[in-house]
Parts: sequence; structure tokens; C-alpha cells
Amino acid sequence: MTTELLLQLLVSGLGMGFIFALIAVGLALIYGMMGIVNFAHGEFLMISMYATYYAFSLGHLDPVLTLPLVAAAMFVLGVFVYYVLVRRVINGSMHAQIFATFGLMIFLQAAAQFFFGADYYAVTGSLLSGVVLLGSVTLPMPQISAAIGATLTTLALYVVMFHTAPGRSLRAVSQDRIAALTLGVNADRMNALAWGLSAACVGIAGSLLANFYYVFPRVGGVFVLVAYVAVALGGFGSVGGALFGGLIIGVLQVLAGFYLPSTLKFVPVYLLYLVIVLVRPTGLLGRQ
Amino acid sequence: MREQHKRSITRWGQFCSTALSALLIATGFALVPPSEAAEVVKIGAIYPLSGQVAKSGEDTLNAIKLAVDVINGKYPDSGLPFAKPGGLPKLGGAKIELIAVDHQGKPEIGAAEAERLITQEKVVALIGTFFSSVAASVGQVAERNEVPFITGESEATPLTERGYKWLFRTTPSSRTQAKDFFVFLRDLNAQHGQKIQSIALVHENTLWGQEFGQSITGYAAEFPEFKIVADISYQQGTTDVTSEVQRLIAAKPDVVFHASYDAEAILFARTYKQFNFTPQGVMAIGAAFGSSAFRDALKDDAKYYLVREHWARDLAGKSPLIESVGRLYLNAYNKPMDGTPARAFQAMMVLADAINRAGSTDAKAIQKALQETNLPPSSLIMPWEGVQFDAKGQNTKTRGIFIQTLANGPATVWPTDLAQAKLVWPRSGPR
Repeated sequence: MTTELLLQLLVSGLGMGFIFALIAVGLALIYGMMGIVNFAHGEFLMISMYATYYAFSLGHLDPVLTLPLVAAAMFVLGVFVYYVLVRRVINGSMHAQIFATFGLMIFLQAAAQFFFGADYYAVTGSLLSGVVLLGSVTLPMPQISAAIGATLTTLALYVVMFHTAPGRSLRAVSQDRIAALTLGVNADRMNALAWGLSAACVGIAGSLLANFYYVFPRVGGVFVLVAYVAVALGGFGSVGGALFGGLIIGVLQVLAGFYLPSTLKFVPVYLLYLVIVLVRPTGLLGRQ
Repeated sequence: MREQHKRSITRWGQFCSTALSALLIATGFALVPPSEAAEVVKIGAIYPLSGQVAKSGEDTLNAIKLAVDVINGKYPDSGLPFAKPGGLPKLGGAKIELIAVDHQGKPEIGAAEAERLITQEKVVALIGTFFSSVAASVGQVAERNEVPFITGESEATPLTERGYKWLFRTTPSSRTQAKDFFVFLRDLNAQHGQKIQSIALVHENTLWGQEFGQSITGYAAEFPEFKIVADISYQQGTTDVTSEVQRLIAAKPDVVFHASYDAEAILFARTYKQFNFTPQGVMAIGAAFGSSAFRDALKDDAKYYLVREHWARDLAGKSPLIESVGRLYLNAYNKPMDGTPARAFQAMMVLADAINRAGSTDAKAIQKALQETNLPPSSLIMPWEGVQFDAKGQNTKTRGIFIQTLANGPATVWPTDLAQAKLVWPRSGPR
């Protein structure tokens, strides 16, 4: 066991962790605002990956260039989904909320399979492909960019949430909806904003992910399950916690995959999750 | 409120009954004329049409649909069996009706669908199921209901080791295929002066992959010149394989044996490139490392992977049937045929041949005809020595080839008597 190998595993784990984190941040944002779990979150990821892929293969636009466009388009989609679907169930029972986003998930998956087929597509030779060698440690470009992208996105989200007027209103609604309403905050618009930001985050994740992962109609499920765990691990509704949870999972699964039989690589992740749920049910950084 | 609710239910009921009667009238009219109506032979096809391997399921089912179209006379000039004049001659030219269902990759859904096809749709035989785990559960249902079940691509050895009387398999089992890997390497060492000693094994952890792993380790004693230096089993549907590849790099094998489905094949190949992992050769069972999806996704990096295959379009020179079926598939579905669809096509033709020889849709008669099957190589689209089942229902006349993706696409490179291009070994170094 050499130091280089350990370093390599840590770096690779962090790279994946940042991707998980970016997906989880969007989930945590919506849950923190409305207490709704968006089951279609993975499908938002899938759509943004398809958008990136088609922009690349048909329009010859590199994922780096389309990233802001995809993020913007996903923002619009998020807002649209809020107004068309989520707003109608927001005061309904929890079952109605679950069925609404779960139904959206199935609809989007089936639509993707109908329009794009079940084939696997991948972006090849983008600006963000290839590797950087740091001594004997290999840093894959897509994962470096994911790390930078995730950090910047989370920072941007932090600035929006804590240093802008809409961000203050967002937090006000998430802390006490009624009080915020009496103070003249348009809660509806804030919810829409949260959905837009959440979809934009996952849009950025999709754009970065498309540089090295293939896209197919069910790709969302592969990643979003891990993102749920990241959210629960970090603390429901805590954006910082989701980022932290994603990173822990990324590193843990790579280390476990190396030292344990690789079919067991997620066992330590879920074990840690169980321990945290038992010892600290709010998650690592969650509030009461 | 309640009153209103009730009324709307009545109205709904009215609508339903009107629609239903309209439907009945419509179908009634449709059923009147068929005077020349020969009997229709119903066959149930069970494939994964949604979920992780939906793409492969669709491609495979398409081949079966093509076979049914050929049998039903849609391509009279193709030169394939039954193509002219179409239909099964010994059943008065009866056409085949294919009922395709989705098992979602889940054994329990496969079993439920098989049950439904047999009891409600009254199919005379089943074909499927891509996944060996699903074939196992469908096989049980077929056995219990005494309905013939043929599989052209589910490879797990135990399927034909359970003494079933209604299960027939045209494709070689994974154990038979595993042996070819060693034979190939031994041949390479002897004929081409290579010095291959260490092997790493990478396989997914459903029945198919597990079984391949066991077969390979089982043959190790028979081929003592090779040493297995790593045995890595991974979870299907994984997000990344960095840790698996790091273990491979640490083990430094000369050759890697792979059992992976499409998605992970792409992921592994990309990760190999990222970490510059360049063994002398990567050899895979199943089509994933040479499939069109793999080649599209990896472009130049798809080159030089070796796939233990059953079929290749470049064998067209060896048989006009291969040329014909390859062209039909490309025209019908706008993508080239792979080995797995080819095997499924062959299985459907074998089943049709048996039903025809049985001269009836009686299950026992079809079973007997399948047991007596003895097809010569000239009637096959596979480069086999024939189709003949042993007492376990396993075709004993199969033969394997190795295909390598070269600059102009996949080419048969082994065995020598079938080779269409020169093998590239070792894979070219870092690119």
C-alpha cells in the first residue's frame, strides 16, 4: 500500500463526491424550502445530460460552452414544473406530493425512452476530457471540473441565499412560511425560485457528468439514490450538509471498493448512514 | 355533492358501455372475412424492454421480430428458411404471431408474464429472455405448464443442468464459452510466440457474471500455465469503477477477462483510458465490448477489445444466409446486427422449424420435434456445426469465434480458419 495509491483513491473519491454533492444540493434546497422530496430530481439530471449530449453531437458545442445554457434552461424547467405541477399539491397530503413527483419521474423516463431510445450515448473528446498528471496521481479532467463546478455552484448558492434580497426571502419562507407571508413575502414566487435553482444545480451536475458518464433514460436513478443518502447524511434541508454528505460518500465508496470486495463498496456508506440516523437523526449538519 | 358524484359515475358507465359496444362491433366486422385464414401460431417473447438493459432487450427482440417476418413471408427473396412462400408449410402455411412482453430485468415479473402468456394468451411456446436469472424463473413456469421454452442468448450454465424437459438452448453455455478464452490464449502462446501468464477476472454480480467467474476459475486447473491474479466482482449499475480499476492496476495482469453489460463496459473502458491501464489484451464474454453502443460511445478508444462472439457480419463470405440476415436487420432497424440478436434470430428459426416438423401446435409434439432437431450448418445463420440438443436441452454443435474491433469495425480474428482479419496483439500501448 503506497502513499500514491492512497492519494489517488482519495482524489478520485473526492472527484465523484463533488458530483454527488452537486446533485444532492438541489434536492436539499427543495426539501429545506417545502418539505417536498423531488423524486424526479434524477430525471432532471438525465434531461440535462441529454441536452448536453445533443448540443455536442448535433450542434458541435462543447459541454463547457453549453453548461450555462443548460443551467439556464433547467432553471426555466424547474420553475415550469413548480407552477404546473408542484403548486397544485403543495397544500395537499404528503401522498399527493409523493405521487406528483413520482409520476413526473416515470413520465420523464418513459418520454426519454420514447424520444431518444434506450441506447447509451456519450460525449467523446470534449474540452473537459483527458487527464492531468500530478506526480504519480492521475486527475481526470471531468472530475477536476466537477470539483471546481460544485464548489463554485455551492458558493454561488450561498451568496444568493445569504447576501441577496431574494435569498433572504427564500430563507424566511423556509423558516416560517406564515410569518413571511404577513411580512409581504411572495412565498409562491420564492418556491418557484427554489425549484429553478435546484434544477439549475442539477443541470450543472448533468453537464459536467456528461463529460465522462454515458446518458440513457434511467441514468438519473443511478446517481440520485446516492444523492438521497447524501442529503440524509448531511442533514435534511441543509445545503452545506448535502455538499459534505456527497463528499463523504464519494471518498468512502472508493476506499471501500478497493479494500473490500467491490460488490460491497456501498455497505460502509449505508452503515455510516444508519449510525448517523440512530445517533443524530437530524443528520450531520441538519437543524431540528 | 354526493348526488352529483353518483350521476357522473352513471354517465361514465354509459360512456364505457357505448365505447365497448362500438369496439365489439368494430372487431366483429374485422373478424368476418378471413376465408383463407390458416391457424395462427402464437409465440410469447419475454425480454427486458425497460430498465438498465432495455437497449439490448430491444435489439434482441427486434431480431426475433425479423425472424417472424421472414417466416411469415415478408422477405420472399432473402433465401432464408420459410421465406418463400411464407408460413409453416406443414401447418397449412400458418403464420406466426409474436406476443412480446417486458420483464424489466426482474425474475418475478418474467415468471408472472410467462404464466399470463401461457394461461391467457394461449401461446404454444416461449422464447427469451436475455437475462439468465429471468430465464431460470421463466423456465420453471414453462416446465410446470409443459410448454416449450427456447432461449437463444441466456447463457448461464445451470439453466440446462436442472434436468428440465421443456427448456432448449441453442447458444453455448457460459461454461463452454469460458473454455474458449483459455484455448485462445494457449493458441496465442504457442502459435504467435506470446508470453501470457497472468489473468485478471472482472465480472458483474448477477447470475451471468458470477457463473462466468466460476467457469473461468474452474478451468484454471486444466490450463496451469495461466495464473489468475485478481478476481473482481462488481455491482451492476454502479456510478464509478475507480476502485476496481485501481485494484487491477495493482495486480498487473497480462490479460483481463470481462463479463459486463453495455453500461459498465463503457465505464470500464473509459476508466482504463483515464488511468492508462494497458494490459496486453482485454477479452470479454457477451457482446458489450464490441457492441454498436460501445463503439459509438468510445469512438477510437473502442479499438482492439476482443469479444468472444458467436456471429459476425464479416462471415458473410462464408454463407449467403449471414449476408442476407445482416442486410435485412440493418434495413429494418437502421443499425447493424450484433451477435446476440443473431443468436436470438437463430433460436426463433429453430423453434419455427420444430413447430413445422411437429405439424401441429400441440406442446408434446413440439417438444418431441425439438428433441429430434438436427439442422445442418448450411441452414444456419450461425457459424456452428449444426443444431442438435442433448438430453439436457443444450445445443451440442456450437462453435465460438473471437472478434476484435479494428479501424474498419469489428472483424473475426480467431479461429484461424474463420478469421477475416489479422489479430492485433498486444493492444497498442498508451494513446
